[in-house]
Amino acid sequence: MKDNHSRFEICRRELLAGAAYFALGVSRSSATVIFDHLPWTPNAGDPPTAATPGPWLFFAGDEGKTVEALADRIIPPDPETPGGKESGSAVFIDRQLAGPYGRQDGLYVRPPFLKGAKNQGHQSEKGPAQEYREGLAALDKACKDQLGGKAFFELSDADKDRVLNGLESGDFKLDGVDGRAFFEQVVKDVQMGFFADPIYGGNRDMVAWKMIGYPGARYNYLDWVSRHNEKFPLPPVSMTGRAEWTTRTQR
Amino acid sequence: MARRLPKKDVVIVGFGWTGSIMANELTDEGLEVIAIERGPWRDAPTDFPPTYMQDELRYRIRHELFLRPDQLTFTFRNKMDQTALPIRSWGAFMPPNGVGGGGVHWNAEMWRFLPSDFVVKTHLTERYGASFLPEDMTIQDWGITYDELEPFYDRFEYLCGTSGTAGNLRGQIMEGGNPFEGPRSRPYPTPAQAQPFSHTLFGKAARELGYKPFPQPSGNLSQAYTNPLGLKMGPCTYCGFCEWFGCSNYSKASPQTTILPYLVRKPNFTARDNSEVIKINVDKSGKRATGVTFVDTSGEVWEQPADLVILSAYTMFNVQLLLHSQIGRPYDPVANTGTVGRNYTHQTVSTVNGFFDPKKFNFNPFIASGSIGMCIDEFNGDNFDHGSHGFVGGGYMGQVQTGARPIESALVPPDTPKWGAAWKTAVKENYLSTVKPGTGVHGSFYAYRDIYLDLDPTYKDRFGRPLMRITMDLKENEIKQNKFLTDKFAEIIKAMGADKLAVQYRTGPYDITTYQTTHLNGGAVMGSDPTTSVINRYLQSWDVPNLFVLGASAFPQNPGYNPTLTVGALAFWAAAAIRNKYLKSPGRLVDA
Ligand SMILES: Cc1cc2nc3c(=O)[nH]c(=O)nc-3n(C[C@H](O)[C@H](O)[C@H](O)COP(=O)(O)OP(=O)(O)OC[C@H]3O[C@@H](n4cnc5c(N)ncnc54)[C@H](O)[C@@H]3O)c2cc1C
Ligand code: SF4
Repeated sequence: MKDNHSRFEICRRELLAGAAYFALGVSRSSATVIFDHLPWTPNAGDPPTAATPGPWLFFAGDEGKTVEALADRIIPPDPETPGGKESGSAVFIDRQLAGPYGRQDGLYVRPPFLKGAKNQGHQSEKGPAQEYREGLAALDKACKDQLGGKAFFELSDADKDRVLNGLESGDFKLDGVDGRAFFEQVVKDVQMGFFADPIYGGNRDMVAWKMIGYPGARYNYLDWVSRHNEKFPLPPVSMTGRAEWTTRTQR
Repeated sequence: MARRLPKKDVVIVGFGWTGSIMANELTDEGLEVIAIERGPWRDAPTDFPPTYMQDELRYRIRHELFLRPDQLTFTFRNKMDQTALPIRSWGAFMPPNGVGGGGVHWNAEMWRFLPSDFVVKTHLTERYGASFLPEDMTIQDWGITYDELEPFYDRFEYLCGTSGTAGNLRGQIMEGGNPFEGPRSRPYPTPAQAQPFSHTLFGKAARELGYKPFPQPSGNLSQAYTNPLGLKMGPCTYCGFCEWFGCSNYSKASPQTTILPYLVRKPNFTARDNSEVIKINVDKSGKRATGVTFVDTSGEVWEQPADLVILSAYTMFNVQLLLHSQIGRPYDPVANTGTVGRNYTHQTVSTVNGFFDPKKFNFNPFIASGSIGMCIDEFNGDNFDHGSHGFVGGGYMGQVQTGARPIESALVPPDTPKWGAAWKTAVKENYLSTVKPGTGVHGSFYAYRDIYLDLDPTYKDRFGRPLMRITMDLKENEIKQNKFLTDKFAEIIKAMGADKLAVQYRTGPYDITTYQTTHLNGGAVMGSDPTTSVINRYLQSWDVPNLFVLGASAFPQNPGYNPTLTVGALAFWAAAAIRNKYLKSPGRLVDA
């Protein structure tokens, strides 16, 4: 290593490939020379892209139905607050998997992929999209094999919960997939969709925020910081405001 | 192959906190300065406006403002006999990227270190004897004292407008401040922030238990402030989207709010963004830096010659660039030779979540700032007698909860199911009445012979260079320290009136997947002996005297505080040495 200077010589082709790759993910990615004044352009921001309504972008076949069924057992509906399905957690997951997250964009995906200790982190070539595809297929197959030919979403709520409890404890095994890890991931994602800004497809009408008393994307609590043990009175707002604020709903 | 740019007096590698401070100081001296930054330019109206900055998914969960691992990452293992594997997605820490560096998305908790922290080896050996320290512990004195650094602490605090209550004014202990802090020459520039309910309650409980609680020193400002460069900051609105996020209000101290608008107008200053320095170039003698080579996002390679090179790329990238540029001797833990990569440390943190009766407590936990909180310092450094405890070090602790963004803060009491109807009900009932301090216990992390940085034998970055390898574990000393502190912390949370506690000790092995602050230190430490330090007390490279290395890479070990106030003070200190000494007679400022 010490004597091998050439290891650090970088060829131009590698530079181009390396540089161009990450440039894709960064908003203002072209190099600039800055002098004399702040390089500021009005309205040059990069607002978030709202999840598009409409059909599934990632889920195929019965996958969407399965994830909706999972979402509704992870967050069951109750008289006051809709469940994971109606509030959009499956839509959230679908849009996330169809986007940069599903593809592991920006993560380090160079080989070799070795099995390490858990505290060394995720070491797989597969991104979340592929893991969902395989996990959902394995769940479908396991349910059909073991529960009278029924898909997960066709089971009674009690049977669905039995399957999920089994996945959580490791007793209900999936073929070729770590069922427990897959279920943990689904729980995390369903709950994330429930609590993320509605712009991403879950937490429809801010139902989750209303449920817990979180006022959302507000920005100024100066008047409230010193009012101790009083309930904050204002309803939540999302990044796109509130339905009541749009002319359409006012009429 | 590299295109050569006209020579500058100074090239600054990395345009974050320390790069900005140094650029401003050296342009004041009349030098031609260029700063080269790997990530994009960033400013509040474009990159974190109040219309969409409050996005937990985008900025916290998906790490929008941070470096992407495919651009550069590290490998990690606990022990020297293990195979290190790449950090494919960030966990234990979050490397910064972009103009302003970590200053954009930090909390701005602004702590001074204790006077004894700078002479910790001497102090502990004198008080407890050398045999009290674990055999493989490699702590050492800094080569600088608190009193020498005090004027520069003061400068950085006044640059930032830091909000706080003085605890020791020129030797006089002040009511309501931290009685353990070193003497300060002036009060804080602005008064402490207002404290929300749970933070106030922590202070009350701590006082009743006999401690001396005080507000955490904060770079989220309690009121409007005009800094010495004439830049104006607004009052913090306790928005609860501070760390991981940029501030839309110009209320959080950052290079953007405290330096850049002033610096960029100077005719002798230029910056380049989206340009990654890949090497510090040295001449044939190996003793003089000639400038740097960088590559921009279009793949163009440039050479920037300069008389003086300032490395200010953050701890990890400082060390990585030294190793890749083959400056200094890489540390070898077996032979115990070399210095680059030696004494790498992190922070020993833990927390206790408290679940309170929802009928009696409504904390409105979403109301907070990044550096809010009431803290105690009784268990930091050597503020207490360690004799009977069998460990050294310590930390501050406090209710320092920075908000309650729901993806991460919808907690349920221990023993609640993780999903289903019972989970949903518990989330609903507990959200407003849970105390989630985050980094509630903020402990020191001392240095060890087999915890270090070097180059990985297997994994490569996108240019084909070896990744830097982290060998890191938690040692018995730190685990004991954390257990002691966390138990003390739990007593206070309990005394606040919590019904249920979730106590989360820090235990081994060190886990690269769970966040433990981005306070990474060492690897290019300062000191008075070139066989155990990379830079001298002025942060000047022992090997290449026209190279200065700024940042927490200089810390020989990590005290129980957040690093940046000390990192900034050291940058001002190094700048003063360059201005007053080095420029008059360029060369080594300290004889080896
Ligand atoms: C979420 C978070 C919260 C934090 N909260 C606190 C806190 O409350 N209190 C505290 O004291 N500290 C805190 N910190 C730490 C703080 O951000 C750092 O200590 C501080 O920013 C360090 O300053 P620096 O100049 O060394 O590095 P930075 O400010 O990070 O700047 C380094 C710059 O160099 C650039 N760079 C790196 N490599 C290259 C290269 N090869 N070529 C060109 N440019 C390069 C980086 O992109 C970056 O912009 C926090 C950090 C994080 C991530
Ligand atoms: S908490 Fe205060 S300083 Fe931090 S981002 Fe919000 S307004 Fe800015």
